Amino acid sequence: MMELVLTVTAVVLSLAAAGAIVRIARGPSLLDRVLAADVLLAILGAALCIDMAVNRHLNNLMLLVAVSIIGFIGSVTVARFVADRRGQTNES
Amino acid sequence: MNPDASTVDTVIDAVSAVFMIVGAVMSLAAAIGLLRFPDLMSRMHSATKPQVLGLFLLLAAVGLQLRTWWVWPVLVVAWIFQLLTVPVSAHMVGRAGYRTKHLHKELLSSDELEAVVLKAAQAAKDAEPDGGASDSIDR
Repeated sequence: MMELVLTVTAVVLSLAAAGAIVRIARGPSLLDRVLAADVLLAILGAALCIDMAVNRHLNNLMLLVAVSIIGFIGSVTVARFVADRRGQTNES
Repeated sequence: MNPDASTVDTVIDAVSAVFMIVGAVMSLAAAIGLLRFPDLMSRMHSATKPQVLGLFLLLAAVGLQLRTWWVWPVLVVAWIFQLLTVPVSAHMVGRAGYRTKHLHKELLSSDELEAVVLKAAQAAKDAEPDGGASDSIDR
């Protein structure tokens, strides 16, 4: 049963990562790209969790916490220093 | 009264398999929301699904699969850390998105930040021009 779960979650997470990468490439503003990069990090953390659950080890737990720290620091920093360089509104 | 070990094992495996699949589908839902929603605020709404509920389901699956009690506090610490950091970064991104006008005003049902932003802009405009008469109010 675990092989089936691994296959299904691999397909689902690959599709999700592809969607997030498309949004990073297309995203009209910087904040959209930051948000999509955050989602991509969450998908990476989900893949690490599924690896731990299927193979029954805990090696990735520190990596998971480090990934969430990196996502937090990155999105807060970019959001702090983003500036409005456009005149018009509603372009998103 | 005393179910044999293999039945319990099968039930725990099934529950953790369901948790893992639902947690992965959360990520897919976030990606679909990122692609299809119209502006930054609604994309932020969908982006929080794998960060909180998806991570909770997957960490619960890890705890169920390892079948030892001492991993649960570690997993709870990892999840609480995520719970503490996600609202802060979402607040910063949302505030920057509002200030830089990455939103559709007509989609908002209520806008409680508008009055505050207008007041701050007015105060900045009052303080700006010559710094003489109006400057004393700020001190």
